[in-house]
Amino acid sequence: MDMNQYLEIFIEEAQEHLQNLNQSLLGLETNPKDMQRLNEIFRVAHTLKGMAGTMGYSRMTNLTHQMENVLDDIRNGKIEVSTFIVDVLFECLDFLEGSVNHIAGNGKEGNASADEIITKLNKILSGNTSEAVANAVVKADSNTNELLRFNQYDNGVVAKAIEQGFNVFKVRVLLDSGCMLKAARAFIVFQTVERYGEIIKAVPTVEDIEDENFENEFSIAIISNESEAVIRKDLESISEVNQIIFEKVEKLEIESTGAVVADNAENQAADVVQQEEKEASDDGANKKSKTGKTVRVDIDRLDNLMNLVSELIIIKTRLEGAGTENTNQDMGEAVEYLERITTNLHDAVMKVRMVPIERVFNRFPRMVRDLSKELGKDINLTMSGEETELDRTVIDEIGDPLIHLIRNSIDHGIEDKEERVRRGKSATGNLYLRAYQDGNSVVIEVEDDGNGIDISKVRKKAIEKGIISKAEADLLDEKASVELLFKPGFSTADKISDISGRGVGLDVVKTKIESLNGAVEVETIGARGSKFIIRLPLTLAIIQALMVTIGNEKYAIPLNVIRDITTIDAETIRNIHGQEVVLNRNNVLPIVRLNRVLEVESSISEEMNDLTIVVVKKGEKHAGFIVDNLIGQQEIVIKTLGKYLSGIKHIAGATILGDGQVALIVDTNSLI
Amino acid sequence: MAANLTNKYVVFKLENEEYGIDILRVKEIKEMIRITRVPKAPSFVKGVINLRGEVIPVIDLRKKFNLQQSSDTEATRIIIVLVDEITVGLIIDSSSEVLEIEKDRIEEPPATIASIDHSFIYGIGKIDERLIILLDVSKIISITA
Repeated sequence: MDMNQYLEIFIEEAQEHLQNLNQSLLGLETNPKDMQRLNEIFRVAHTLKGMAGTMGYSRMTNLTHQMENVLDDIRNGKIEVSTFIVDVLFECLDFLEGSVNHIAGNGKEGNASADEIITKLNKILSGNTSEAVANAVVKADSNTNELLRFNQYDNGVVAKAIEQGFNVFKVRVLLDSGCMLKAARAFIVFQTVERYGEIIKAVPTVEDIEDENFENEFSIAIISNESEAVIRKDLESISEVNQIIFEKVEKLEIESTGAVVADNAENQAADVVQQEEKEASDDGANKKSKTGKTVRVDIDRLDNLMNLVSELIIIKTRLEGAGTENTNQDMGEAVEYLERITTNLHDAVMKVRMVPIERVFNRFPRMVRDLSKELGKDINLTMSGEETELDRTVIDEIGDPLIHLIRNSIDHGIEDKEERVRRGKSATGNLYLRAYQDGNSVVIEVEDDGNGIDISKVRKKAIEKGIISKAEADLLDEKASVELLFKPGFSTADKISDISGRGVGLDVVKTKIESLNGAVEVETIGARGSKFIIRLPLTLAIIQALMVTIGNEKYAIPLNVIRDITTIDAETIRNIHGQEVVLNRNNVLPIVRLNRVLEVESSISEEMNDLTIVVVKKGEKHAGFIVDNLIGQQEIVIKTLGKYLSGIKHIAGATILGDGQVALIVDTNSLI
Repeated sequence: MAANLTNKYVVFKLENEEYGIDILRVKEIKEMIRITRVPKAPSFVKGVINLRGEVIPVIDLRKKFNLQQSSDTEATRIIIVLVDEITVGLIIDSSSEVLEIEKDRIEEPPATIASIDHSFIYGIGKIDERLIILLDVSKIISITA
């Protein structure tokens, strides 16, 4: 069978399961007695085994099978959870992740060998495993059709059927362990059987089977006038059915009352077991329904929807323009109504694109754990605000910068245990990862209580690396010195480690975040720690902007970067070192003549004295942009200039105005 | 040769020459509309236009081919082409027709032809007495050229 069509499903599901496994393992490590976690891990390993088996990925199957054995022993209390076991399980996770990634990239399982890990797993099992496994198998087999027991009512029916010469069978159906649509297979089995007779009982119940609340097998009782061979032949032709065990009911299971009592007791016991199982599966079901309510949508389709909404907003803006000229009241009302709808629609579509930042955060506990082990530092990671939502495009991009900052904090920030104790801090270092919404932006903070940033060291290093001169360094205040960290080619680590300190660090972080229209800054409090603060816009696609004219062209300046708009007297502009500046609010404000930058003939004559200045901020820095005229505030839809014009300086993108014209968006960051 | 996929070409005029572009590359032909200049863009990029909500760069073919500049006329058109997943508009003097040119009627371009850069040309199509310069669009839009 061609498996390619399932490849995508396999990869996505496998990744989800691995994520789950990761979290559960971390949970198990902190709380080794947590049975629920253990069960979850077992469940995941089992599911992965089945999935990998179906797809023919033998290495994954073997490994997960061994994992299962170990986990089963832990579950049965034969082995105690130890750090070694958790480490090995993490190794398994890594291997599985590697395999899945390899499969995602090449469509084939990689050649990496899992033998070493399997040996370790075997070591854990150390002998008692084979017995346990064999036991389990035997137990399963001896259970044949035991599950299916007739109650009094059933007995009546069965007795009547036998009396009338029908055949009564108990049929146990075992599905392939890798069967993907178990409920559907079961349905086919039911349908096939119903061609020959009637199903009077099923274990688990039909509802449970429909909901896929069963392992790989179920049992049914059939009344039919056909022989076993006929039904068997048909059932066996159903694909993914592994084994069918028939048992003919010749006479009623009429037992003495004592037996019935025993039977009841047994039933009760079975009930208890079943209930437990049900609880477990309920857990699973809850989880399922949580993820089940989502639909995976191709981001392209979403973008398309987004585009349509954008179009709608453009038309709305156009109508607004027409509405002001037209005094018709109905028109005005209609436009207002349209505005309300488009705003809501826009919000709704944006929300669809929003993804909780959890998706990025959830890989960090593992990373921190590994790094702290590697470096021999005790680190406690506290995360908050995982539910904070960000645009999907931002989520996809923000992972790497965050990884970098976290590595940075662990490697450079948090000190060795001895050092910490010497400084009177707790031996365990603290790392905080926070996300929260602040107005129209989302803030992510990476904070540690390590040794902070040594400003004099930063300056010294910057001079050494030739980033600034000694004279320049002396002029820098604390804030500006810290900023040096973000300069290309800067690294303060004395020795280059595997974790960070390759000197291609923070400048990359900064560039990445700025490409997302965000900003990053750093705070440091002496030797008490440092805090990196990332600020990201909530949405990327639609923003409020100030429209201005320069010459006969229209440009948009994003509203969120504008501090204020003011007029100045042309004569107050001074020239310092070839840079025009003006005194504004007692600060020296650099002036940028947009018409020169954008190579437009300005419409304002040289003699004009009053100049309109848009004061734009970039972090703590400001600059005044001279524009010809202000048009006003407007909601604009950001469009890219496309691959062809992607490298254009000073232009962040384009937007389409109400009249269908294209206006360009000024990239203020590049001008300050 | 990947440059052409069918035998049909959209034929247009620029200065006194006739040029052809593989019809499968052409998305549509538009009348001249207002173009927004993009500062700092290469000189042959006239600017960007709004094509049903998409912002599309427009190349001035006269400039690209180092031909004399002329003002737009009634006949001036923008041919929208799609090459290597990039959509661009090409400004031309006028478009005339779609012609079928058999492969055996296409010759290698001579070393020197008209005044335009040799590398944009994929071949010369001959139909009766007409010579049609067949363009390799992907070469035209490569920004380095």
